[in-house]
Amino acid sequence: MASAVLDFEKPFVELDDLVQETQRRITEWSPQLKLELRELKRKRIKLYREIYPRLNSWQRTQLARHPERPYTLDYVSVMCEEFTEIHGDRRFRDDPAIVAFLARMGRESLVIIGHQKGRGTKENIYRNFGMPNPEGYRKALRVMQIAEKFGLPVLTLIDTPGAYPGIGAEERGQAEAIARNLYEMSCLKAPIISLVIGEGGSGGALGIGLSDRILMLESSIYSVISPEACAAILWKDKEKAKDVAQALKMTARDLERLKIIDEVVKEPFGGAHRDYKRAAHIVRRVVRRHLSELKGLPVDELIAKRYEKYRGIGVYLEG
Amino acid sequence: MGNDFNEYPMWFKIKKKPQQIITDKRLQIPEGLWLRCKSCKEIIYSKEVERNCDICPKCGYHFPISAAKRLNLLYDNGTFEEFDTNIRPDDPLKFKDRKKYKDRLKEYREETGLFDAVISSQGQIGGYTATVCAMDFGFMGGSMASVVGEKITRGIERAIRDHTPFLSISASGGARMQEGMISLMQMAKTSAALTHLSDAKLPYISILTDPTTGGVTASFAMLGDIIIAEPKALIGFAGPRVIEQTIGQQLPYGFQTSEFLLEHGMIDMICTRKELKQVLVRLFVFFNQK
Repeated sequence: MASAVLDFEKPFVELDDLVQETQRRITEWSPQLKLELRELKRKRIKLYREIYPRLNSWQRTQLARHPERPYTLDYVSVMCEEFTEIHGDRRFRDDPAIVAFLARMGRESLVIIGHQKGRGTKENIYRNFGMPNPEGYRKALRVMQIAEKFGLPVLTLIDTPGAYPGIGAEERGQAEAIARNLYEMSCLKAPIISLVIGEGGSGGALGIGLSDRILMLESSIYSVISPEACAAILWKDKEKAKDVAQALKMTARDLERLKIIDEVVKEPFGGAHRDYKRAAHIVRRVVRRHLSELKGLPVDELIAKRYEKYRGIGVYLEG
Repeated sequence: MGNDFNEYPMWFKIKKKPQQIITDKRLQIPEGLWLRCKSCKEIIYSKEVERNCDICPKCGYHFPISAAKRLNLLYDNGTFEEFDTNIRPDDPLKFKDRKKYKDRLKEYREETGLFDAVISSQGQIGGYTATVCAMDFGFMGGSMASVVGEKITRGIERAIRDHTPFLSISASGGARMQEGMISLMQMAKTSAALTHLSDAKLPYISILTDPTTGGVTASFAMLGDIIIAEPKALIGFAGPRVIEQTIGQQLPYGFQTSEFLLEHGMIDMICTRKELKQVLVRLFVFFNQK
């Protein structure tokens, strides 16, 4: 499975592969193998605890951008019993960098909107590396308004390097598209949950990220600017990105401490990319828990609470 | 408030060397008396520029001006009440690049006399009371972090309380990196606050000046009921350099200017600094918010 293994995850990945291999071999009754497996699993937990809690911000960034990390489509296909993709902003064109679904999860209907990166060069070009154009944000808003109309909750999955900086994007009002989403989402009459599954790239992420609950996967990042760009501007040195990642406080744990996000969602052993299915099941469970909490609230209270949440963000001195 | 004579340091830097060649003392010009227009390169009398709302009398180029000066030009008799003056930036991330964020803040404070990149104000414009938040590009590139977000939000709240139109005058490079995600979330906060202004049926007029980019454009600045831009201002989401690097080619002439935005339907009109007040009063009359 692992074709792209990061340096720091190598020892764990090797052991994990061995565990999986052993597990596969246990088809007949073999007590020796079972013992071996138990021992290996014990080792795996130990190694996991040694490596993963101590990952620094840059390593988290690398995991968040891991080429094998599950994307929106991967989550939706496991999480939902049924899902129908819907397309287009009804104004210009369909943006493949943002996908939208009418979905069923358990006994509930909901809409899911997410950034979509591609795998491999060809698909990545099609998906524009997960960088939306204005029509992507407008499609997202259109779908959210469907949810509002039919009283359904909205789940947004965030995974983008940022909104696309291109000529067409500027011509069609990239800034306006994002601003409009912020405005409309802040008073949308439907519960909104957003989950950062990989990269939360600045305004491009926030454009579908204003919500009642902001969740982040353990190894995802959410930042005002990419560490590379920040290093280039403030240090005039792109190589400083590693230090910048630390300084920007962009990991899930950092942002939980800063009270920007509501919950850090655990990933399976070794990260979401090691086990898509389990990752999706964890996400499903967490999302359903939050949904059931939010569903009990009257709409007015929901929107008032959402407003208070963002109204309260900011650290300054006064007096 | 404004220290208006330090406005154009670039010109002096460029001009210094050739000036040393002139030995005849009679030919030396006292500093600050003459300016070179950044656009048409003509030498112009600085007093004349000042009298002309800091617009080049030859080519109409709008010199960048401080927030305080903008407000002086806008309000009747140049008088207004400033509020939220005691909100000051903190350093939530303990951020340090080549310099500490705290030290940077201190430097800008000394340079501009401001605590942060926005002035909140209320006063009479053509006899109509208005609440205006004006950004100052001179303070860390007009970047938006906690203080800017909070002051704009409070400005909107005050407009609702006092039942006045709300105006923002933007000049910003975007969200401030040094406060990380807290800066980004100010986009959400200010945009959300504007929904309350709408509920109160009060007009929001957004004025865009050179330059307005990034997180400010992608939040409150583009949400005006009416959006007005100064001529030839740079307005966009991504900066032109970022776009050039991404697409690997030079940008067409006039890309991301006010005129470009007007053509693409992103703004309502372009107004010179001189006409602005007149246009605003006309809008106030229309919206009937005496």
